[in-house]
Amino acid sequence: MKFLLVEDNIELANAVSARLQLDGHVIDHADKIEDAMAFMQTGEYDLILLDIMLPDGDGRTFLKHHRSGKNDTPVIVLTARSQVSDRISLLDLGADDYMTKPFDHEELQARCRAVLRRNAGHAQSITELGGVSLDPVAGRLSIGARAVTLRNRELRLLELLINAPGQIFSKAKLADRLFSYDEDVSENAIEVYIGRLRKHLEPSELRITTLRGLGYRLDHE
Amino acid sequence: MSDAVNVSGSLRARLSLTLIGSAAAIAVLLFFVVRTYAAQIAQSGQDNILEASVTSILDAATLRDGDVAVDFPYVAFSMLNTEADDRVFYAIWQDETLLSGYELLPVADAPGGGDIVHVSAQFDGAPVRIATAARILVGANARNRVTVSVAQTQDALAGTLNKISRNVGLIGAGFFALSVLVASWATNTAIRPLERLTHSITRRGPKDLSPVARPVPSEMAPLVTSLNSFMARLDTSLKQSEDFIAEAAHRVRTPLATVRSHAEATLQRVEREDNRQALRSMVRAIDESSRAAGQLLDHAMITFRADHLETEPLDLVDLVEDLVTRLTPVAEMKDIALTVISSGKVSVEADSILLQNALSNLVENALKYAPEESEITLEVFDVPRPRVEVRDEGPGFPPDQMHELAARFSRGENAKDTIGSGLGLTIAQDVATAHGGELTLTNLSEGGACVTFLL
Repeated sequence: MKFLLVEDNIELANAVSARLQLDGHVIDHADKIEDAMAFMQTGEYDLILLDIMLPDGDGRTFLKHHRSGKNDTPVIVLTARSQVSDRISLLDLGADDYMTKPFDHEELQARCRAVLRRNAGHAQSITELGGVSLDPVAGRLSIGARAVTLRNRELRLLELLINAPGQIFSKAKLADRLFSYDEDVSENAIEVYIGRLRKHLEPSELRITTLRGLGYRLDHE
Repeated sequence: MSDAVNVSGSLRARLSLTLIGSAAAIAVLLFFVVRTYAAQIAQSGQDNILEASVTSILDAATLRDGDVAVDFPYVAFSMLNTEADDRVFYAIWQDETLLSGYELLPVADAPGGGDIVHVSAQFDGAPVRIATAARILVGANARNRVTVSVAQTQDALAGTLNKISRNVGLIGAGFFALSVLVASWATNTAIRPLERLTHSITRRGPKDLSPVARPVPSEMAPLVTSLNSFMARLDTSLKQSEDFIAEAAHRVRTPLATVRSHAEATLQRVEREDNRQALRSMVRAIDESSRAAGQLLDHAMITFRADHLETEPLDLVDLVEDLVTRLTPVAEMKDIALTVISSGKVSVEADSILLQNALSNLVENALKYAPEESEITLEVFDVPRPRVEVRDEGPGFPPDQMHELAARFSRGENAKDTIGSGLGLTIAQDVATAHGGELTLTNLSEGGACVTFLL
């Protein structure tokens, strides 16, 4: 997916971009409203991540302008302000969702998916491999004519594997992506999800191989 | 928040007492002045008649062969007839000898030229008014001094005076009653602008610090001017502190977000388990500090707002559904289903921002403790009172700690592994209390916790 990140703190912008790129997304970064507007005129984006406090004005100004321009690219606001005083007005101004800094990237992705699902028909970032087609926004896995809706963790696990076929993922690495950091997760839990995915992928040419002591790998037969 | 004002006296009481007190003093003074004046006039009327009587008797006195003779004119006594049948006494003296009348009647020392002397005295058991005059009759070989006194009792005069007193008393009382009415009207008129100002300031919302626009009497202008400038300063300082908090939060949260993003990204690349463990605890610490800061700030905002609820009519079901939409992505990460059960609209009068914050704290709590692939149910009831039940399939509350749970910063023991500052339940309880409701914690018989948010 293609993101426009509007954030004046270069450090944070780099960190967020790096993290999003790891998941295979493309990110354009604007550090002020003026640049953001220029980007919007030349590029097409699936989603805009918008900071509220910007050097040349309030992010809400951009939101108003964005909405009055009949542009329906969804916007997720990244705010550092107190929830109680700010929450309502952000959504009233046409933001599709908001997150308070610092934010969890898995949650950000979950919110992106939810927002894109609500704006159905917009982003079509379907991944196809070995007769399997995965629509991460809808959480839909299609093999030939058969289609199933994956549970959230199954989806995230498959998304990781399918974007890097042939790469080995350790159990610990997978656990960090699937579970929040404040949960105590036994690595057995990963086996449960791997087992489920294997069942889903049975009719296809994709196989999840266990490499004892190393982890898992997605193979294309 | 509302400290008792140090009250000393009342403008209304002071104004009414002054006005009514002066009216009473004026009425009493009026009564005495009029009565005294009336008494003087009545007395001078009696004196005039007595004078005429004395003069007519003196005029009738002649000197005959060295003896004084008096032919009483009939009119001398008939003119003294009164309605009250006052008694009349007289005495005629030739030098020191009583010629006729009552010897014991007090005689005033009258000059010889015929001038009348009036005195009041007590005679025969009644108060009398006595007029006395003397004249020197000069004969061939003698000078005789004739003194005439005529006295009259004062029954008629007293009657008249009583009548006048009663009337003046009535007029005084009427004047007093009218004054009381005028005083209370004047007091109300004078106080009313003050009451209107009070009303217009009391009715304001907690955030309305705009200057008073309503016209006020010139005497109140300095007060309102200083009030306006005070509110303007307060407004500025509130805005400054709001900006300061926002700026401070921005300054703190943005670098935290940077660190967290870097940590997460690094976690994707690092293989060594001890490094991964360090990165995980970094992320956990950041989450804990930012959530604690956020909840502390929210709690402070809510404590402030609870004193000035900005209520509006809203549909509780709508609010819960919005909340569920907002929290669904988070729930999905644990494959938890958020379900809303309701039957139609539930209209309530509430502060929507506080309500959202309280309920989202309850759902976030449930999300923290509920196992994955479970269900959290939000059921909205209308009767007997509007309430929301949040039920999960988690471990439930530790039974021995339930009553302490909603106290600030206390967390259940089986919550050890989950991040949170523990303020969530406190916030929800404060919001419920501010709306006249309450928060109840129960454990479901089939397992799981149930929090009832009663409005």
